Amino acid sequence: MARFILIRLLQAIPVLLVVITVTFFLVRLAPGGPFSAEKAVPAEVLKALEARYHLDQPVINQYFSYLGDLARGDFGPSFKYPGRSVNEMIAAGLPATAELGLYAMCFALLIGASAGVIAALKPNSAQDYIPMSTAMLGICLPSFLLGPLLMLIFGVWLEWVPVSGWGDIPGDKILPALTLASGYTAYIARLSRGGMLEVMSQDYIRTARAKGLPEWKVVLKHGLRGGMIPVIAFIGPAFAGLLSGSFVVETIFQIPGLGRFYVQAAFNRDYTMIMGTTVLFATLIILFNLLADIVAVWLNPRLRDLYRSGGA
Amino acid sequence: MSEKTQESVLRVDDLSIRFKTRNGSSQAVDSVSFEVARGETLAIVGESGSGKSVTCYSLLGLIPQPPGVIESGVAQFASQGQQRDLLRSDKQTLRSLLGDKIAVIFQDPMTCLNPYLTIGEQLVEPLRQHKNKSREQARQRAIELIEEVGINNAKMRFASYPHEFSGGMRQRVMIAMALITEPELLIADEPTTALDVTIQAQILDLLDELKKRRNIALIFISHDLSVVASIADRVAVMRAGEIVETGEAQQIFKQPQHPYTQQLLASVPSGPKPAQSSQVDPQTQPLLKVEHLQTVFEQGKAGLFAASPAPTIAVNDVSFELRHHEILGLVGESGSGKSTLGRSLIQLIKPTAGSVQLDGQELTQLNPKQLKPLRQRMQMIFQDPYASLNPRMTVFDTLAEPLLYHRLATRKNVTPQVLALMDDVGLAHADIRKYPHEFSGGQRQRIAIGRAIATKPELIVADEPVSALDVTIQAQILDLILSLVNKHNLSMLFISHDLSVVRYIADRVLVMHQGKLIESGDTETLWANPSEAYTQTLFAAVPQLGSH
Amino acid sequence: MSSLDQNNSPEINSTKPNHINPSKSSAFEEKGSSLWRDAWHRLQKNKMALLGLVVMVTMCIVALLTPWITVYGYEEQNLVLGASPPSAAHWLGTDTLGRDLLTRILYGSRISLAVGFIATAVALLIGVIYGTVAGYMGGRVDAAMMRLVDILYALPFMIFIILLMVIFGRNIFLLFLAIGAVEWLTMARIVRGQVQSLRQQEFVEAAVSIGLGPWAIIRRHLIPNTLGPVIVYTTLTIPNVMLLESFLSFLGLGIQPPQSSWGLLISYGVETMEEYPWLLIFPGLALSLTLFALNFLGDGLRDALDPRAAKD
Repeated sequence: MARFILIRLLQAIPVLLVVITVTFFLVRLAPGGPFSAEKAVPAEVLKALEARYHLDQPVINQYFSYLGDLARGDFGPSFKYPGRSVNEMIAAGLPATAELGLYAMCFALLIGASAGVIAALKPNSAQDYIPMSTAMLGICLPSFLLGPLLMLIFGVWLEWVPVSGWGDIPGDKILPALTLASGYTAYIARLSRGGMLEVMSQDYIRTARAKGLPEWKVVLKHGLRGGMIPVIAFIGPAFAGLLSGSFVVETIFQIPGLGRFYVQAAFNRDYTMIMGTTVLFATLIILFNLLADIVAVWLNPRLRDLYRSGGA
Repeated sequence: MSEKTQESVLRVDDLSIRFKTRNGSSQAVDSVSFEVARGETLAIVGESGSGKSVTCYSLLGLIPQPPGVIESGVAQFASQGQQRDLLRSDKQTLRSLLGDKIAVIFQDPMTCLNPYLTIGEQLVEPLRQHKNKSREQARQRAIELIEEVGINNAKMRFASYPHEFSGGMRQRVMIAMALITEPELLIADEPTTALDVTIQAQILDLLDELKKRRNIALIFISHDLSVVASIADRVAVMRAGEIVETGEAQQIFKQPQHPYTQQLLASVPSGPKPAQSSQVDPQTQPLLKVEHLQTVFEQGKAGLFAASPAPTIAVNDVSFELRHHEILGLVGESGSGKSTLGRSLIQLIKPTAGSVQLDGQELTQLNPKQLKPLRQRMQMIFQDPYASLNPRMTVFDTLAEPLLYHRLATRKNVTPQVLALMDDVGLAHADIRKYPHEFSGGQRQRIAIGRAIATKPELIVADEPVSALDVTIQAQILDLILSLVNKHNLSMLFISHDLSVVRYIADRVLVMHQGKLIESGDTETLWANPSEAYTQTLFAAVPQLGSH
Repeated sequence: MSSLDQNNSPEINSTKPNHINPSKSSAFEEKGSSLWRDAWHRLQKNKMALLGLVVMVTMCIVALLTPWITVYGYEEQNLVLGASPPSAAHWLGTDTLGRDLLTRILYGSRISLAVGFIATAVALLIGVIYGTVAGYMGGRVDAAMMRLVDILYALPFMIFIILLMVIFGRNIFLLFLAIGAVEWLTMARIVRGQVQSLRQQEFVEAAVSIGLGPWAIIRRHLIPNTLGPVIVYTTLTIPNVMLLESFLSFLGLGIQPPQSSWGLLISYGVETMEEYPWLLIFPGLALSLTLFALNFLGDGLRDALDPRAAKD
């Protein structure tokens, strides 16, 4: 197992390198620079600025010196916010994004999986239709629509919860987390319903029933593990989705998170900030994919054996 | 009826079950009555769809309702002096009996054990559920039982997962699991159907022995009359939801009363081939000459850090000849490499080494283009009639494809040829525009046979062509194959795990074991005197109708 | 459905009277029912899926006819009127510049639907070809091709799309390409899995043993049998793509004004939702309705085309 993880981590290095390289050159080759928008900048000042950020050197040199900095964990200075480093800005934005993502993920997993399992226990009945139609709602009401609607209904019309803010008033984290989670809750509900239906039609479930086990034991002990495998596999992609979804939710609810910084950085061509966030997000996504794979292997004894015996 | 002094454990009267679907309803079980006594084995025999499994599952509340509806019936189950009607018991009562007083063994041991839990965890479950045993007590009992069903190293095996066991071993585990609560009634649904013949013999012996030792009632559901003959005390024959005949095993097998029972028994291939193939020609050059053939499968790919696993030698140094107009049987258990050998012969799998000559022409060195004209002369019939036909092609498309592709017909004049083929294999002309899913298994196999003989080949490799079929259909298809072989002067390699079938159809037999050809000879000579130890075991394990 | 079938039907019909004995076929209809026809019958029983189909067809027709059926131009302003709630003259009200909302939604539907269909077609094309090649070739080629897909899966694509749109301007063709380039991955996986399992089916072996070449096998035996899942996934990709487009437009990275798309209308709606909620609600409704219709249709198709359902 340790070897499996090690191999996967080693495999991640070239992937990350690809991400870094592509992003780096994409950003540099694009027309316009971080200081071109500010029209009134005199030529000498621009030159000085470029020299300060090493923008006057050949792109290839910039690339390697950036890689060198990165290897030391230094994302470099922000171009747009003089005096602040990208590391500082990430440190400032990450906690809110992470908290939001964590709440949303927990919410999506708990509600989604329970809804899916409940629906799968009695397919084509009210017990199936009600949670699954609700799930469909989550898929068809994208976060950038659901968020404002929730705000309008609960914040403006009913005045139950604050409209924006993060951590100022208790309860102001509910709507953003709910909005971010909704699509993934729905998706997880469908995946777990499908997985459970598949598993519950297996022969070994009939064996468990023939032992006279109560139905809840059949479901929880014999069904759940197999039924959750598609959900586990989805955690990696879901996490990537949550991160990009956080752009919208953070913008709508004015949460000082990384997503908002990223969109701003992209508009402002804040090279180092774009690079920093991209690399961070890519790393996180790769890590979460790996985590999902590890859980999937750990849950399946046959795969566990395969990796134990060394066949990677 | 001498055993009738014994108390009856289960007595079913007038059981009727109907399945209601959106497209109408069907009578799955029609007024069925039977009983089984302590220490007795009742076999319920029938072909697929006869309602034998539904009957038993309905007693245990294991059929989904809806669509199943139990229309009438009483099922009196006697346990410790208490009579209960299983059909009228509430879920709670049924659950308390199930896995305790009544236990079930299912057909496919590969899918019936939970792959995510250890054998031990699954074994102790009934004890923990019904007997209130502590974890340690249950563990002790489970280990004893693992030993009793003939698994070595029980303590270590307790913590193993199902995938670490072979099929036969898993069925032993299933038996241990069923018996762990000392039930009074054991229902075994085709418990040996998925197993090789030698393993089947072991499992049958084990079941019989455990039943006698515990003096329990056993209901044995099977489609296989020979297997039933070797284990049953009494037999109930089912067809289309009805029990057409019940009686002592002796009587059923010796003097069947009902015409269907007679037909079933007549369909079981037994004894030697009725007539030799028309004119097997021993002198001239053989049609197919195989020398030192070897087929190796590489397993997986070498990883960055892991060594490549050892390759599997599926076919190992095989040499034989197939003469003109001969049916050559190839027998072996699963994993013996017989299917790979068949596919290597007609170049569906490229052999690794050795030579295959069709009428003197070497096949192994040819590229697909060079092979194409030769493909007309050799064809294959596959095992699974559900997988061997393209579900999106009509009978016409399927049968016309080889004719058009080899330019044996043009689009204009292909229809009469297709209709002639349908006549040959006994399909109604009206069915020409139908799709495979509209046919039964037997009819599908007829289509597949039609496709194989379309190009008038000389050699046909038939890979288990009848093993997915019911016994009466099997008999029809075997006779169809025999008549086609004679009519079109075919030569055939007939691959099967079923020795009775091979004896019925083949002129000569090859025996394969672990990739090697270990014995060959004229069918009847080999049958009388198998020389290799493995062949002897194999033949001894075949259940016989007359063995009771 | 095969070409052979169609080409030969006249001959068969002409020879039928000579060969077919009607008494033999009394129990059956003479023409077999193909899996496609069976699937269509099953789909017809699914009311929600049919409704979805009707909604989609109507929507496409209306979108095509928009320039001829709308009373107002989509840029036609009425500054005197300003934002007005739904009325007889303006069924869905007007926006802050007095533009008719219904007209703008209809014009937006043209963009949103076009992006949905065209980007999905891009994904379909790449995915099907890539997946078929990988699945049919097998072995090392397959391993290498699928490893590439795995790596691409691990990339933070949303981030790349945002970067692309920011850097190279909000070009609608770039949008098609970018979205198609993301969505083909799953399509490739599905097709490859299908082809791989089909290749092991005995009917494909039978085709090889008849002597059919690779192209004939792919065309006659593989593709017709992969169409089911491909159709289902296509139906489910279209709403995904439309969602992505709206998402980007919402962030200000997709369609540019004065063109309108639903994402853009929603983002305007959000800005003014406290005073003029209809500006958020109606475009939101249009988007959700379409997503609902497509998802119900996709689910219905999945059930109807499920090979397991076809067995009974």
